[in-house]
Amino acid sequence: MNEELKEHISECLKSGIRLDGRGLEDLRNIEIEANVIETAEGSCRIKCGMTEVIVGVKLSVGTPFGDTPDDGVLMVGAELLPLSNPDFESGPPSIESIEVARVIDRGIRESKVIDTKALCITKGEKVWMVMVDICPINTDGNLIDIGSLAAIIALKSATFPEMKDNIVDYKKKTKKPLPLKNFPVTATVVKIGSNFIVDPTEAEEKAMDSRLTVSVTADGKICAMQKGGNEPCTIGDIERMIDLATAKSEELRRHIGG
Amino acid sequence: MMAYKKRHDNRAVDETRPIIAKAGVIKKADGSAYFSIGKTAAYAAVYGPREMHPKFMQDARRGVLRCNYNMMPFSGMGERVRPGPNRRSKEISMVTEKALLPVVDLDDYPYAVVDVFIELPQTDAGSRCAGICAAAIALADAGIRMKDMVAAVSVGQVEDLLVVDLDYEEEAHEEGDVADIPLAMIPSTGEITLLQMDGKITKENLLKAIALGKPVLQRIAEIQRKALKEKFDNHGDNNE
Repeated sequence: MNEELKEHISECLKSGIRLDGRGLEDLRNIEIEANVIETAEGSCRIKCGMTEVIVGVKLSVGTPFGDTPDDGVLMVGAELLPLSNPDFESGPPSIESIEVARVIDRGIRESKVIDTKALCITKGEKVWMVMVDICPINTDGNLIDIGSLAAIIALKSATFPEMKDNIVDYKKKTKKPLPLKNFPVTATVVKIGSNFIVDPTEAEEKAMDSRLTVSVTADGKICAMQKGGNEPCTIGDIERMIDLATAKSEELRRHIGG
Repeated sequence: MMAYKKRHDNRAVDETRPIIAKAGVIKKADGSAYFSIGKTAAYAAVYGPREMHPKFMQDARRGVLRCNYNMMPFSGMGERVRPGPNRRSKEISMVTEKALLPVVDLDDYPYAVVDVFIELPQTDAGSRCAGICAAAIALADAGIRMKDMVAAVSVGQVEDLLVVDLDYEEEAHEEGDVADIPLAMIPSTGEITLLQMDGKITKENLLKAIALGKPVLQRIAEIQRKALKEKFDNHGDNNE
């Protein structure tokens, strides 16, 4: 990114202003629509500022892992689709998209939001596999937080397809929801110079010094974290980032509903 | 056995499923569009003209049109589709390129590429045609010089009926002759830029099916043009 823009963003933040007019700790406006994809078992379309993401959940029956014979399988995938931003290239998944997928995956997995034991059909043989795919349509920053929120809402909207003689009939959906409890919410704080901001745009992400992503469970515990950015953080920085992320996670949590 | 004399969703033989077309839906792109026909939906984004990588693919005479068709993992009727290119998506990308190429003029952009990314969030047959319709709108929205629109729809035969815009249930019909013929046309000249077919059909019925599709393609082109006009009536802002 050009140094002038970075300096401009940094200078503005010193006087408490962001390029899009928000305050440092303001989220962009969020619009959410669940069950938008008929071919998926669960889905969500989310718009946060200019960032727009579609998340779909597919369910299938497969073999459990050898070391967890009575646990269903959760998989979270994310692709930085070249459709959604001029900087994203076609080809094998970039390290950035792998990080987005893994950080979102960790937040969901470690919160134990899905009762994987309840996804077991026959121990050691057949379990339900829950596959969550995050597809950005327009990317203007903060894919991790926005994708996480959409993933949780898509999981919440999902229902099992019918199964007859161990074969899934995708045309028939039951009303049975996934076994979920204790929804996690992921919030990221970005540090630019000596300022801390939330819900960064693409330009702000490019200007960042460091970043901390924090996943928070319903009972206020931290269940996953990821530090990003090239600059180091002091312990004081980290404490401040956790506090801000936790506060913002409560704001984001309101979108999940009951 | 009941012969297929009436379409399962009561459509007339030359009636498409409901169509929604919008231009300018992806702000980060130079041009973009959304096109849905029934439950099949396509997004297209155009980036460029921009520098062509890898370099050996550059053309010193004119810009290159590069299309990429991709199904989102949850967009299929059955199991999850593995992300990333496969033989099917690569072939569709290629025929999409060839369907659009005759109308785009990239003579002014040597060494450059115009990238068209097509993403399908949900499909119920006819996805390559929906992708081509979205891509044509997106190219026009990006300000790429074009001789005309390109409209696409599938035509075909389901047992006793010649029909347009087959859905998955019709494509998968098991009795009698079934043929699926994806078709793209340049509306002003009536020239065909995409023609594929699988199934079984006589030459007579093939020509009849194409003739049935022709006025439908004209109507689709009108919907595409309307989407572009609507974007500019809304001061270029169509993202709600």
